[in-house]
Amino acid sequence: MTTPHKRVRSTWADVVLLLVGACFLLPLLWLFLASVDPAAGHAVKVPGRPGLDNFAAVLTPELLFRPLWNSLLLSVGTGVVTLTAAVLAAYPLSRYRSRFNTPFMYGILFGTCLPITAIMVPVYGLFVQLRLLDSLPATVLFLAATSLPMAIWMTKNFMDSVPLALEEAAWVDGASRLAGLRSIVLPLMGPGLGVVFIFVFIQAWGNFFVPFVLLLSEGSQPAAVSIFSFFGQHGAVAYGQLAAFSILYSVPVLALYAVVSRGSGNALALSGAVRG
Amino acid sequence: MPASHRTRHALRYLPVLPAVVLLLVFLAGPVLWAFHASLTNAGLTGRHARNPDWVGLENYQRLFQDPVFPLSLALTLLFVAGSAILGQNVLGLALAVLMRRARPVVSATVGTAVVAAWVLPEIVAAFAAYAFFSRDGTLNQLLGSVGVAGTDWLYAVPMAAVVLANVWRGTAFSMLVYRSALGGVPGELTEAAQMDGAGAWQRLALITLPVIRGSIATNLMLVTLQTLAVFTLIWVMTGGGPATGSTTLPVLAYQEAFKFGDIGYGTAVASVLILIGAVFGAVYLRLLREQRP
Repeated sequence: MTTPHKRVRSTWADVVLLLVGACFLLPLLWLFLASVDPAAGHAVKVPGRPGLDNFAAVLTPELLFRPLWNSLLLSVGTGVVTLTAAVLAAYPLSRYRSRFNTPFMYGILFGTCLPITAIMVPVYGLFVQLRLLDSLPATVLFLAATSLPMAIWMTKNFMDSVPLALEEAAWVDGASRLAGLRSIVLPLMGPGLGVVFIFVFIQAWGNFFVPFVLLLSEGSQPAAVSIFSFFGQHGAVAYGQLAAFSILYSVPVLALYAVVSRGSGNALALSGAVRG
Repeated sequence: MPASHRTRHALRYLPVLPAVVLLLVFLAGPVLWAFHASLTNAGLTGRHARNPDWVGLENYQRLFQDPVFPLSLALTLLFVAGSAILGQNVLGLALAVLMRRARPVVSATVGTAVVAAWVLPEIVAAFAAYAFFSRDGTLNQLLGSVGVAGTDWLYAVPMAAVVLANVWRGTAFSMLVYRSALGGVPGELTEAAQMDGAGAWQRLALITLPVIRGSIATNLMLVTLQTLAVFTLIWVMTGGGPATGSTTLPVLAYQEAFKFGDIGYGTAVASVLILIGAVFGAVYLRLLREQRP
């Protein structure tokens, strides 16, 4: 880092940045204005008679609550399965030395490189063969598998930073490996695990393509898919409702992201995810 | 090593099993199944759905005779080069550099705006981008206010629209990577260069970029892989059209398999995409190994 008093703050950098920032906000501006405009179209305009009619119109069980509940089941399920499998896998990889570790970790990293959209056609085939189409638990397992490589990689890095000495002290007191993991290691890496869980949750919550292909009946579809069908059926007439629906569906992940990035979790996650 | 010792050694790795089973069944399994199914005439419905016939390399021969496939491959490369390698990567780097020169409150505000587009669920981002580029959307309003006649961007220049939308959607990732990379460049290095009379551009080109070249390589690979797999944004904005005007490989694979019911041909397209991803993935791993001897 440069010393603060030497760094020149330049006004033109401010101006350029603000211009770029404005460009990034423009597409979102429509979302907000349309959501409070009962007569919204594609155009950005300040609503003539702003109101919450759009929100009221979508706040119905079949339109909003059931899809959001399905999204929640899908995301929490994926988060729990991923985190459990990742912690279990990370423990031996972090604590034992073996020729097996490095190839395994690189294999895992290679898994993060797979274009998931490319395997959706074969996954559909697999789900047909195993008669798992339209099954929420099976979709959870698939989503967990897609987020596992990154989760194992991050979890192992967090676990590596918990000193072995603390665990050894517990073993001397007669604790088993599992007890040591539960009472010493996991509490110490709590914030890290929180970051992993939230990242997996956000990914599952926002995922459209996977449930679009694997969950066919309306009753089991999450908000990402139901919002798409809604758009297809009513989009041309109900842009305001679409915008309101989009906002209600986006708020949870925006809030979760804010939680993670506040405690410098952002840098934490990136260092876990990118630098390895 | 005595047998009991080896067993104990293996037992220690037992907890890895659930993860390995999940990865084998749901990732490795479908990939292998894809290569297999691409050699059959498996269909979505009808008699070839349950009992597909072995057709050898027929699907791949079709692939290279089909005029849509080379076009789709070219569009995919254009999409990756335009929105990831040029757009997200360069804009992300530029933003990160500017943020170190701007006032903290400005860089924090702009950073939030850029990250917001990235954190939104992909379907919502796609709707917002669709509304932005549509005939009576925000872009045409802006152009109209300065007296320029707009057009229906999603029909006239679908690729330009989805490339720009993906830059908007994904630049935050590169920006975050480069912010953390620039934070690691020792201040003495650039200060010494400044003492020697190097201008801002020279310092960037001769000092900063060489120091963070590892992060640049990593970022390039990651944004390429992410962009290669983009489906939702294009599907919602243009549906791959007009005609095949923005049908990248993920969209083509989806259409062949689910719209035309030809799972065999669709998985052949998907297999090509998986292979491209695997090549980039292998390069990425090499880069990482070189960085950490």
